[in-house]
Amino acid sequence: MHDAPSTAELVAAVKRFIDDSAAPQLTGHAAFHARVASNVLGTILRELEQRPAADAAERKGLLSLLGTTQNEDLDALNRELCEEIRRGRMDVETAGLLDHLKTTTIAQLSIDQPNYSGLARALHPRS
Amino acid sequence: MAISFFLVIVAKMGSSEQITSALQSWAAAKFGADARVEQLKRLSGGASQETWAFAVQTAGGTRPMILRRAPGGESKARSSEAIGLGMEAQLLSKAADAGVPVPPVLGVSEAGSALGQAFIMDRISGETIGRKILRDEEFDKARSLLAAQCGRALAGIHSIPADSLPDLPVSDGMSQLTKYEAIYRNFDLPRPVFELAIAWLKAHAPEPQPLVLVHGDFRLGNLMVDEHGLASILDWELAHVGDPREDIAWICVNSWRFGQSEHRVGGFGDLRDLLDAYAQAGGPQFRPQDIDWWEMLGSLKWGIMCMIMYEAFRSGADPSVERAAIGRRVSETEIDLINLLEGARTHA
Repeated sequence: MHDAPSTAELVAAVKRFIDDSAAPQLTGHAAFHARVASNVLGTILRELEQRPAADAAERKGLLSLLGTTQNEDLDALNRELCEEIRRGRMDVETAGLLDHLKTTTIAQLSIDQPNYSGLARALHPRS
Repeated sequence: MAISFFLVIVAKMGSSEQITSALQSWAAAKFGADARVEQLKRLSGGASQETWAFAVQTAGGTRPMILRRAPGGESKARSSEAIGLGMEAQLLSKAADAGVPVPPVLGVSEAGSALGQAFIMDRISGETIGRKILRDEEFDKARSLLAAQCGRALAGIHSIPADSLPDLPVSDGMSQLTKYEAIYRNFDLPRPVFELAIAWLKAHAPEPQPLVLVHGDFRLGNLMVDEHGLASILDWELAHVGDPREDIAWICVNSWRFGQSEHRVGGFGDLRDLLDAYAQAGGPQFRPQDIDWWEMLGSLKWGIMCMIMYEAFRSGADPSVERAAIGRRVSETEIDLINLLEGARTHA
Protein backbone atom coordinates (compact mmCIF):
# COMPACT_ATOMS: atom_id res chain seq x y z
CA MET A 1 0.00 0.00 0.00
CA HIS A 2 1.63 3.19 -1.16
CA ASP A 3 0.21 6.56 -0.22
CA ALA A 4 2.93 8.85 -1.46
CA PRO A 5 1.74 10.70 -3.44
CA SER A 6 -1.60 10.65 -1.67
CA THR A 7 -4.93 10.57 -3.52
CA ALA A 8 -5.36 14.29 -2.81
CA GLU A 9 -1.89 15.07 -4.15
CA LEU A 10 -2.60 13.16 -7.36
CA VAL A 11 -5.97 14.84 -7.90
CA ALA A 12 -4.46 18.27 -7.17
CA ALA A 13 -1.71 17.58 -9.73
CA VAL A 14 -4.28 16.71 -12.42
CA LYS A 15 -6.32 19.80 -11.54
CA ARG A 16 -3.20 21.98 -11.89
CA PHE A 17 -2.47 20.39 -15.25
CA ILE A 18 -5.98 21.19 -16.49
CA ASP A 19 -5.94 24.76 -15.11
CA ASP A 20 -2.39 25.76 -16.07
CA SER A 21 -1.55 23.71 -19.16
CA ALA A 22 -4.56 22.16 -20.88
CA ALA A 23 -7.41 24.67 -20.45
CA PRO A 24 -5.51 27.71 -21.83
CA GLN A 25 -5.00 25.80 -25.10
CA LEU A 26 -8.68 24.99 -25.52
CA THR A 27 -11.51 27.05 -26.97
CA GLY A 28 -15.30 26.88 -27.14
CA HIS A 29 -17.03 23.77 -25.87
CA ALA A 30 -13.83 21.99 -24.90
CA ALA A 31 -12.68 24.99 -22.81
CA PHE A 32 -16.04 25.00 -21.04
CA HIS A 33 -15.81 21.28 -20.28
CA ALA A 34 -12.24 21.72 -19.03
CA ARG A 35 -13.49 24.31 -16.56
CA VAL A 36 -16.23 21.93 -15.43
CA ALA A 37 -13.68 19.11 -15.11
CA SER A 38 -11.44 21.31 -12.97
CA ASN A 39 -14.39 22.21 -10.73
CA VAL A 40 -15.22 18.51 -10.38
CA LEU A 41 -11.67 17.81 -9.21
CA GLY A 42 -12.11 20.64 -6.69
CA THR A 43 -15.23 18.87 -5.43
CA ILE A 44 -13.28 15.61 -5.12
CA LEU A 45 -10.54 17.33 -3.12
CA ARG A 46 -13.09 18.80 -0.71
CA GLU A 47 -14.84 15.45 -0.51
CA LEU A 48 -11.61 13.66 0.42
CA GLU A 49 -11.06 16.15 3.19
CA GLN A 50 -14.58 16.65 4.54
CA ARG A 51 -16.63 13.55 3.76
CA PRO A 52 -15.51 11.27 6.65
CA ALA A 53 -16.46 13.79 9.35
CA ALA A 54 -19.63 14.87 7.49
CA ASP A 55 -20.79 11.26 7.14
CA ALA A 56 -20.13 10.55 10.81
CA ALA A 57 -22.11 13.62 11.87
CA GLU A 58 -24.96 12.77 9.50
CA ARG A 59 -25.10 9.22 10.82
CA LYS A 60 -25.22 10.44 14.41
CA GLY A 61 -28.05 12.83 13.54
CA LEU A 62 -30.03 10.13 11.71
CA LEU A 63 -29.67 7.60 14.54
CA SER A 64 -30.87 10.17 17.04
CA LEU A 65 -33.83 11.30 14.89
CA LEU A 66 -34.93 7.75 14.08
CA GLY A 67 -34.32 6.57 17.65
CA THR A 68 -32.42 3.54 16.46
CA THR A 69 -29.01 2.05 17.17
CA GLN A 70 -29.12 -0.44 14.33
CA ASN A 71 -25.95 -0.71 12.34
CA GLU A 72 -27.42 0.29 8.98
CA ASP A 73 -25.55 2.27 6.36
CA LEU A 74 -26.24 5.94 5.62
CA ASP A 75 -28.33 5.21 2.54
CA ALA A 76 -30.63 2.86 4.48
CA LEU A 77 -31.02 5.38 7.32
CA ASN A 78 -31.84 8.18 4.85
CA ARG A 79 -34.40 5.96 3.13
CA GLU A 80 -35.98 5.35 6.50
CA LEU A 81 -36.10 9.09 7.22
CA CYS A 82 -37.65 9.77 3.78
CA GLU A 83 -40.31 7.16 4.55
CA GLU A 84 -41.10 8.78 7.92
CA ILE A 85 -41.60 12.17 6.24
CA ARG A 86 -43.56 10.73 3.35
CA ARG A 87 -45.94 8.93 5.68
CA GLY A 88 -46.47 12.12 7.65
CA ARG A 89 -44.92 10.75 10.83
CA MET A 90 -42.36 13.56 10.74
CA ASP A 91 -42.79 17.09 9.45
CA VAL A 92 -41.24 20.53 9.59
CA GLU A 93 -42.28 20.86 13.27
CA THR A 94 -40.59 17.60 14.34
CA ALA A 95 -37.96 18.48 16.95
CA GLY A 96 -34.50 18.37 15.46
CA LEU A 97 -35.54 17.41 11.91
CA LEU A 98 -35.02 20.74 10.17
CA ASP A 99 -31.81 21.34 12.15
CA HIS A 100 -30.47 17.93 11.10
CA LEU A 101 -31.33 18.53 7.44
CA LYS A 102 -29.80 21.99 7.56
CA THR A 103 -26.56 20.67 9.05
CA THR A 104 -26.25 17.84 6.52
CA THR A 105 -27.15 20.11 3.58
CA ILE A 106 -24.59 22.71 4.68
CA ALA A 107 -21.98 19.93 4.86
CA GLN A 108 -22.95 18.58 1.43
CA LEU A 109 -22.96 22.02 -0.19
CA SER A 110 -19.60 22.87 1.39
CA ILE A 111 -18.27 19.96 -0.67
CA ASP A 112 -20.40 20.46 -3.82
CA GLN A 113 -20.61 24.26 -4.32
CA PRO A 114 -19.01 26.18 -1.44
CA ASN A 115 -19.55 29.53 -3.19
CA TYR A 116 -23.31 29.17 -3.65
CA SER A 117 -25.20 32.16 -2.26
CA GLY A 118 -27.75 30.02 -0.41
CA LEU A 119 -24.98 28.52 1.72
CA ALA A 120 -23.90 31.92 3.05
CA ARG A 121 -27.54 32.69 3.81
CA ALA A 122 -27.99 29.44 5.72
CA LEU A 123 -24.84 30.09 7.76
CA HIS A 124 -25.60 33.76 8.44
CA PRO A 125 -29.37 34.24 8.37
CA ARG A 126 -30.53 37.83 8.14
CA SER A 127 -32.28 39.17 11.18
CA MET B 1 -24.86 6.95 -30.15
CA ALA B 2 -21.59 8.43 -31.43
CA ILE B 3 -22.36 7.42 -34.99
CA SER B 4 -25.86 8.89 -35.10
CA PHE B 5 -24.49 12.13 -33.61
CA PHE B 6 -21.90 12.26 -36.39
CA LEU B 7 -24.59 11.76 -39.04
CA VAL B 8 -26.62 14.60 -37.55
CA ILE B 9 -23.60 16.92 -37.84
CA VAL B 10 -23.08 15.97 -41.48
CA ALA B 11 -26.76 16.52 -42.25
CA LYS B 12 -26.66 19.94 -40.60
CA MET B 13 -23.56 20.96 -42.56
CA GLY B 14 -25.29 20.02 -45.77
CA SER B 15 -28.38 22.03 -44.85
CA SER B 16 -26.63 25.37 -44.36
CA GLU B 17 -26.49 26.16 -48.09
CA GLN B 18 -30.03 24.93 -48.50
CA ILE B 19 -31.21 27.27 -45.72
CA THR B 20 -29.36 30.26 -47.20
CA SER B 21 -30.99 29.65 -50.55
CA ALA B 22 -34.48 29.30 -49.02
CA LEU B 23 -33.96 32.46 -46.93
CA GLN B 24 -32.73 34.27 -50.04
CA SER B 25 -36.01 33.56 -51.88
CA TRP B 26 -38.00 34.62 -48.82
CA ALA B 27 -36.01 37.88 -48.43
CA ALA B 28 -36.31 38.78 -52.11
CA ALA B 29 -40.08 38.31 -51.97
CA LYS B 30 -40.43 40.30 -48.75
CA PHE B 31 -37.85 43.08 -49.09
CA GLY B 32 -37.26 43.32 -52.86
CA ALA B 33 -35.03 41.70 -55.45
CA ASP B 34 -31.89 43.45 -54.18
CA ALA B 35 -32.16 41.84 -50.70
CA ARG B 36 -29.18 39.64 -49.83
CA VAL B 37 -28.99 37.08 -47.03
CA GLU B 38 -25.67 37.20 -45.19
CA GLN B 39 -23.79 35.83 -42.20
CA LEU B 40 -25.91 32.73 -41.62
CA LYS B 41 -24.63 31.11 -38.44
CA ARG B 42 -25.98 28.33 -36.26
CA LEU B 43 -26.41 29.63 -32.71
CA SER B 44 -27.54 26.75 -30.59
CA GLY B 45 -27.55 23.02 -30.80
CA GLY B 46 -30.81 22.96 -28.91
CA ALA B 47 -32.35 19.52 -28.84
CA SER B 48 -35.82 20.68 -29.73
CA GLN B 49 -35.30 23.51 -32.26
CA GLU B 50 -32.50 24.95 -34.37
CA THR B 51 -31.69 28.64 -33.93
CA TRP B 52 -29.79 30.49 -36.68
CA ALA B 53 -28.63 34.11 -36.85
CA PHE B 54 -28.43 35.91 -40.19
CA ALA B 55 -28.85 39.37 -41.68
CA VAL B 56 -30.71 40.76 -44.67
CA GLN B 57 -28.81 43.43 -46.60
CA THR B 58 -30.78 45.88 -48.72
CA ALA B 59 -30.10 49.37 -50.09
CA GLY B 60 -31.64 50.61 -46.83
CA GLY B 61 -29.04 48.86 -44.66
CA THR B 62 -28.49 45.61 -42.75
CA ARG B 63 -31.24 44.05 -40.65
CA PRO B 64 -30.21 41.32 -38.18
CA MET B 65 -32.66 38.41 -37.88
CA ILE B 66 -33.17 35.05 -36.21
CA LEU B 67 -34.43 31.86 -37.81
CA ARG B 68 -36.10 29.29 -35.54
CA ARG B 69 -36.43 26.01 -37.34
CA ALA B 70 -37.49 22.46 -36.57
CA PRO B 71 -34.47 20.11 -36.76
CA GLY B 72 -33.98 19.31 -40.43
CA GLY B 73 -37.06 21.40 -41.19
CA GLU B 74 -39.47 18.75 -39.97
CA SER B 75 -41.25 18.76 -36.66
CA LYS B 76 -41.24 15.50 -34.78
CA ALA B 77 -43.20 14.12 -31.90
CA ARG B 78 -41.51 15.42 -28.80
CA SER B 79 -40.69 13.84 -25.53
CA SER B 80 -40.85 17.09 -23.53
CA GLU B 81 -43.76 19.40 -22.96
CA ALA B 82 -42.19 22.05 -25.23
CA ILE B 83 -44.66 23.63 -27.64
CA GLY B 84 -44.19 23.53 -31.41
CA LEU B 85 -42.77 26.27 -33.62
CA GLY B 86 -46.08 27.28 -35.16
CA MET B 87 -47.49 27.82 -31.68
CA GLU B 88 -44.38 29.75 -30.64
CA ALA B 89 -44.78 32.15 -33.60
CA GLN B 90 -48.47 32.64 -32.76
CA LEU B 91 -47.62 33.35 -29.14
CA LEU B 92 -45.02 35.96 -30.11
CA SER B 93 -47.57 37.76 -32.30
CA LYS B 94 -50.22 37.73 -29.57
CA ALA B 95 -47.68 38.91 -26.99
CA ALA B 96 -46.67 41.78 -29.28
CA ASP B 97 -50.37 42.74 -29.64
CA ALA B 98 -50.61 42.79 -25.82
CA GLY B 99 -47.71 45.26 -25.64
CA VAL B 100 -45.23 42.68 -24.34
CA PRO B 101 -41.64 43.26 -25.54
CA VAL B 102 -40.93 40.40 -27.95
CA PRO B 103 -39.12 40.17 -31.29
CA PRO B 104 -41.51 40.93 -34.19
CA VAL B 105 -42.26 37.82 -36.27
CA LEU B 106 -41.41 38.56 -39.92
CA GLY B 107 -42.33 35.30 -41.59
CA VAL B 108 -43.61 31.78 -40.95
CA SER B 109 -42.96 28.77 -43.15
CA GLU B 110 -44.62 25.38 -43.11
CA ALA B 111 -43.27 21.84 -43.11
CA GLY B 112 -42.64 20.67 -46.68
CA SER B 113 -41.54 24.13 -47.89
CA ALA B 114 -37.95 24.89 -48.91
CA LEU B 115 -37.16 26.23 -45.43
CA GLY B 116 -39.19 23.59 -43.62
CA GLN B 117 -41.20 24.31 -40.50
CA ALA B 118 -39.72 27.55 -39.23
CA PHE B 119 -40.28 31.19 -38.46
CA ILE B 120 -38.18 34.32 -38.81
CA MET B 121 -38.01 37.23 -36.38
CA ASP B 122 -35.98 40.36 -35.84
CA ARG B 123 -32.77 39.87 -33.85
CA ILE B 124 -33.01 42.19 -30.84
CA SER B 125 -29.69 43.34 -29.45
CA GLY B 126 -28.91 43.24 -25.76
CA GLU B 127 -27.53 40.98 -23.04
CA THR B 128 -29.00 37.71 -21.74
CA ILE B 129 -26.20 36.52 -19.44
CA GLY B 130 -27.49 36.91 -15.88
CA ARG B 131 -24.17 37.62 -14.19
CA LYS B 132 -23.36 40.43 -16.65
CA ILE B 133 -26.79 42.03 -16.26
CA LEU B 134 -26.37 41.96 -12.48
CA ARG B 135 -22.78 43.20 -12.43
CA ASP B 136 -21.90 45.43 -15.39
CA GLU B 137 -22.07 49.19 -15.00
CA GLU B 138 -23.84 49.68 -18.33
CA PHE B 139 -26.92 48.00 -16.80
CA ASP B 140 -27.06 50.19 -13.65
CA LYS B 141 -30.12 52.06 -14.88
CA ALA B 142 -31.65 48.91 -16.37
CA ARG B 143 -31.46 47.10 -13.02
CA SER B 144 -33.37 49.88 -11.29
CA LEU B 145 -36.20 49.66 -13.87
CA LEU B 146 -36.30 45.94 -14.48
CA ALA B 147 -38.57 44.73 -11.64
CA ALA B 148 -41.43 47.06 -12.65
CA GLN B 149 -40.86 46.27 -16.34
CA CYS B 150 -41.09 42.55 -15.58
CA GLY B 151 -44.33 43.18 -13.66
CA ARG B 152 -45.90 45.03 -16.60
CA ALA B 153 -44.69 42.45 -19.12
CA LEU B 154 -46.09 39.56 -17.05
CA ALA B 155 -49.43 41.34 -16.66
CA GLY B 156 -49.47 41.66 -20.47
CA ILE B 157 -48.66 37.97 -21.03
CA HIS B 158 -51.24 36.89 -18.46
CA SER B 159 -53.90 39.05 -20.16
CA ILE B 160 -53.62 37.18 -23.48
CA PRO B 161 -56.84 35.16 -23.86
CA ALA B 162 -55.74 31.55 -23.42
CA ASP B 163 -58.86 30.25 -25.20
CA SER B 164 -57.42 31.70 -28.41
CA LEU B 165 -54.62 29.12 -28.06
CA PRO B 166 -56.50 25.85 -27.71
CA ASP B 167 -53.53 23.52 -28.15
CA LEU B 168 -51.46 24.81 -25.24
CA PRO B 169 -50.79 22.35 -22.42
CA VAL B 170 -52.57 23.05 -19.12
CA SER B 171 -50.64 22.65 -15.88
CA ASP B 172 -51.33 24.27 -12.52
CA GLY B 173 -49.26 24.16 -9.34
CA MET B 174 -50.57 20.92 -7.86
CA SER B 175 -50.34 19.04 -11.16
CA GLN B 176 -46.71 20.20 -11.48
CA LEU B 177 -46.00 19.06 -7.94
CA THR B 178 -47.52 15.65 -8.72
CA LYS B 179 -45.56 15.38 -11.96
CA TYR B 180 -42.19 16.31 -10.48
CA GLU B 181 -42.73 14.12 -7.42
CA ALA B 182 -43.34 11.16 -9.75
CA ILE B 183 -40.13 11.90 -11.69
CA TYR B 184 -38.16 12.18 -8.44
CA ARG B 185 -39.58 8.91 -7.03
CA ASN B 186 -38.80 7.14 -10.28
CA PHE B 187 -35.06 7.90 -9.86
CA ASP B 188 -35.07 6.05 -6.51
CA LEU B 189 -32.49 8.48 -5.12
CA PRO B 190 -34.22 9.51 -1.87
CA ARG B 191 -33.44 12.98 -0.52
CA PRO B 192 -35.07 13.88 2.81
CA VAL B 193 -35.08 17.63 2.04
CA PHE B 194 -37.15 17.02 -1.10
CA GLU B 195 -39.52 14.80 0.92
CA LEU B 196 -40.02 17.57 3.45
CA ALA B 197 -40.58 20.21 0.75
CA ILE B 198 -43.05 17.97 -1.11
CA ALA B 199 -44.98 17.29 2.12
CA TRP B 200 -45.02 20.98 3.04
CA LEU B 201 -46.18 22.05 -0.42
CA LYS B 202 -48.99 19.47 -0.35
CA ALA B 203 -50.11 20.62 3.10
CA HIS B 204 -50.08 24.32 2.20
CA ALA B 205 -51.51 24.39 -1.33
CA PRO B 206 -52.77 27.91 -2.07
CA GLU B 207 -56.26 28.79 -3.25
CA PRO B 208 -56.22 28.34 -7.04
CA GLN B 209 -56.25 31.43 -9.24
CA PRO B 210 -58.06 31.64 -12.58
CA LEU B 211 -55.71 30.02 -15.09
CA VAL B 212 -53.99 32.25 -17.65
CA LEU B 213 -51.36 32.01 -20.35
CA VAL B 214 -47.98 31.75 -18.57
CA HIS B 215 -44.55 32.02 -20.17
CA GLY B 216 -43.23 29.04 -18.21
CA ASP B 217 -39.52 29.97 -18.13
CA PHE B 218 -39.54 33.66 -17.15
CA ARG B 219 -36.12 34.32 -15.58
CA LEU B 220 -32.72 35.91 -16.17
CA GLY B 221 -31.17 34.04 -19.06
CA ASN B 222 -34.37 34.28 -21.10
CA LEU B 223 -34.70 38.07 -20.82
CA MET B 224 -32.89 40.28 -23.33
CA VAL B 225 -31.78 43.37 -21.42
CA ASP B 226 -30.26 46.58 -22.75
CA GLU B 227 -29.27 49.80 -20.99
CA HIS B 228 -32.95 50.84 -20.77
CA GLY B 229 -34.01 47.55 -19.19
CA LEU B 230 -36.22 44.79 -20.59
CA ALA B 231 -35.78 44.71 -24.38
CA SER B 232 -37.32 41.36 -25.20
CA ILE B 233 -38.66 38.13 -23.68
CA LEU B 234 -37.23 34.99 -25.28
CA ASP B 235 -37.69 31.21 -25.15
CA TRP B 236 -41.43 30.63 -25.17
CA GLU B 237 -41.09 26.88 -25.59
CA LEU B 238 -42.46 26.08 -22.12
CA ALA B 239 -45.53 28.34 -22.39
CA HIS B 240 -48.70 26.77 -21.02
CA VAL B 241 -51.99 27.58 -19.37
CA GLY B 242 -51.36 27.83 -15.65
CA ASP B 243 -51.34 29.92 -12.49
CA PRO B 244 -50.03 33.50 -12.91
CA ARG B 245 -48.00 33.21 -9.69
CA GLU B 246 -45.83 30.53 -11.33
CA ASP B 247 -44.21 33.12 -13.66
CA ILE B 248 -43.79 35.71 -10.89
CA ALA B 249 -42.12 33.17 -8.58
CA TRP B 250 -39.82 31.50 -11.14
CA ILE B 251 -37.71 34.67 -11.56
CA CYS B 252 -37.49 34.84 -7.74
CA VAL B 253 -36.01 31.34 -7.35
CA ASN B 254 -32.57 31.79 -5.77
CA SER B 255 -30.87 29.76 -8.53
CA TRP B 256 -31.75 32.63 -10.91
CA ARG B 257 -30.43 35.39 -8.63
CA PHE B 258 -26.85 34.50 -9.62
CA GLY B 259 -25.35 35.21 -6.21
CA GLN B 260 -27.31 38.40 -5.48
CA SER B 261 -29.64 36.71 -2.99
CA GLU B 262 -30.65 39.93 -1.24
CA HIS B 263 -32.73 41.06 -4.24
CA ARG B 264 -35.61 38.63 -4.49
CA VAL B 265 -36.52 39.36 -8.11
CA GLY B 266 -33.75 37.87 -10.23
CA GLY B 267 -30.99 39.26 -8.00
CA PHE B 268 -31.82 42.81 -9.14
CA GLY B 269 -35.21 43.91 -7.80
CA ASP B 270 -37.74 44.17 -5.03
CA LEU B 271 -40.76 41.91 -5.36
CA ARG B 272 -43.10 44.71 -4.24
CA ASP B 273 -42.02 46.81 -7.25
CA LEU B 274 -42.84 43.92 -9.57
CA LEU B 275 -46.19 43.19 -7.89
CA ASP B 276 -47.26 46.87 -7.83
CA ALA B 277 -46.46 47.31 -11.53
CA TYR B 278 -48.26 44.01 -12.23
CA ALA B 279 -51.42 45.25 -10.49
CA GLN B 280 -51.24 48.71 -12.09
CA ALA B 281 -51.04 47.02 -15.49
CA GLY B 282 -54.29 45.16 -14.80
CA GLY B 283 -53.20 41.99 -13.00
CA PRO B 284 -54.51 40.86 -9.61
CA GLN B 285 -52.86 42.52 -6.58
CA PHE B 286 -50.66 39.79 -5.11
CA ARG B 287 -48.70 40.18 -1.87
CA PRO B 288 -45.08 38.96 -1.57
CA GLN B 289 -46.21 36.09 0.70
CA ASP B 290 -48.56 34.90 -2.08
CA ILE B 291 -45.44 34.05 -4.07
CA ASP B 292 -43.72 32.00 -1.31
CA TRP B 293 -45.41 28.65 -2.11
CA TRP B 294 -44.56 29.03 -5.78
CA GLU B 295 -40.96 29.95 -5.08
CA MET B 296 -40.57 26.78 -3.03
CA LEU B 297 -42.18 24.76 -5.84
CA GLY B 298 -39.74 26.47 -8.24
CA SER B 299 -36.66 25.48 -6.20
CA LEU B 300 -37.97 21.92 -5.94
CA LYS B 301 -38.62 21.78 -9.69
CA TRP B 302 -35.13 23.08 -10.52
CA GLY B 303 -33.58 20.55 -8.13
CA ILE B 304 -35.45 17.72 -9.84
CA MET B 305 -34.51 19.15 -13.27
CA CYS B 306 -30.85 18.93 -12.17
CA MET B 307 -31.51 15.28 -11.23
CA ILE B 308 -33.05 14.74 -14.69
CA MET B 309 -29.91 16.16 -16.33
CA TYR B 310 -27.72 13.97 -14.13
CA GLU B 311 -29.91 11.00 -15.07
CA ALA B 312 -28.82 11.54 -18.69
CA PHE B 313 -25.28 10.84 -17.44
CA ARG B 314 -26.25 7.96 -15.18
CA SER B 315 -28.13 6.22 -17.99
CA GLY B 316 -25.23 6.68 -20.42
CA ALA B 317 -27.26 8.87 -22.81
CA ASP B 318 -24.87 11.82 -22.28
CA PRO B 319 -21.56 10.77 -20.70
CA SER B 320 -20.14 14.33 -20.52
CA VAL B 321 -18.48 15.65 -17.36
CA GLU B 322 -20.93 18.55 -17.46
CA ARG B 323 -23.97 16.26 -17.10
CA ALA B 324 -22.22 14.39 -14.28
CA ALA B 325 -21.32 17.60 -12.46
CA ILE B 326 -24.84 19.01 -12.52
CA GLY B 327 -25.86 16.25 -10.12
CA ARG B 328 -23.77 18.06 -7.53
CA ARG B 329 -25.90 21.17 -7.91
CA VAL B 330 -28.97 19.52 -6.43
CA SER B 331 -27.71 20.48 -2.97
CA GLU B 332 -27.95 24.16 -4.02
CA THR B 333 -31.70 23.79 -4.31
CA GLU B 334 -31.79 21.81 -1.05
CA ILE B 335 -30.25 24.67 0.92
CA ASP B 336 -32.70 27.08 -0.75
CA LEU B 337 -35.57 24.79 0.28
CA ILE B 338 -34.23 24.65 3.86
CA ASN B 339 -34.00 28.46 3.97
CA LEU B 340 -37.56 28.75 2.62
CA LEU B 341 -38.91 26.11 5.03
CA GLU B 342 -37.27 27.93 7.96
CA GLY B 343 -38.84 31.18 6.79
CA ALA B 344 -42.25 29.54 6.41
CA ARG B 345 -42.03 28.11 9.92
CA THR B 346 -41.05 31.49 11.39
CA HIS B 347 -43.97 33.25 9.68
CA ALA B 348 -46.53 30.58 10.56
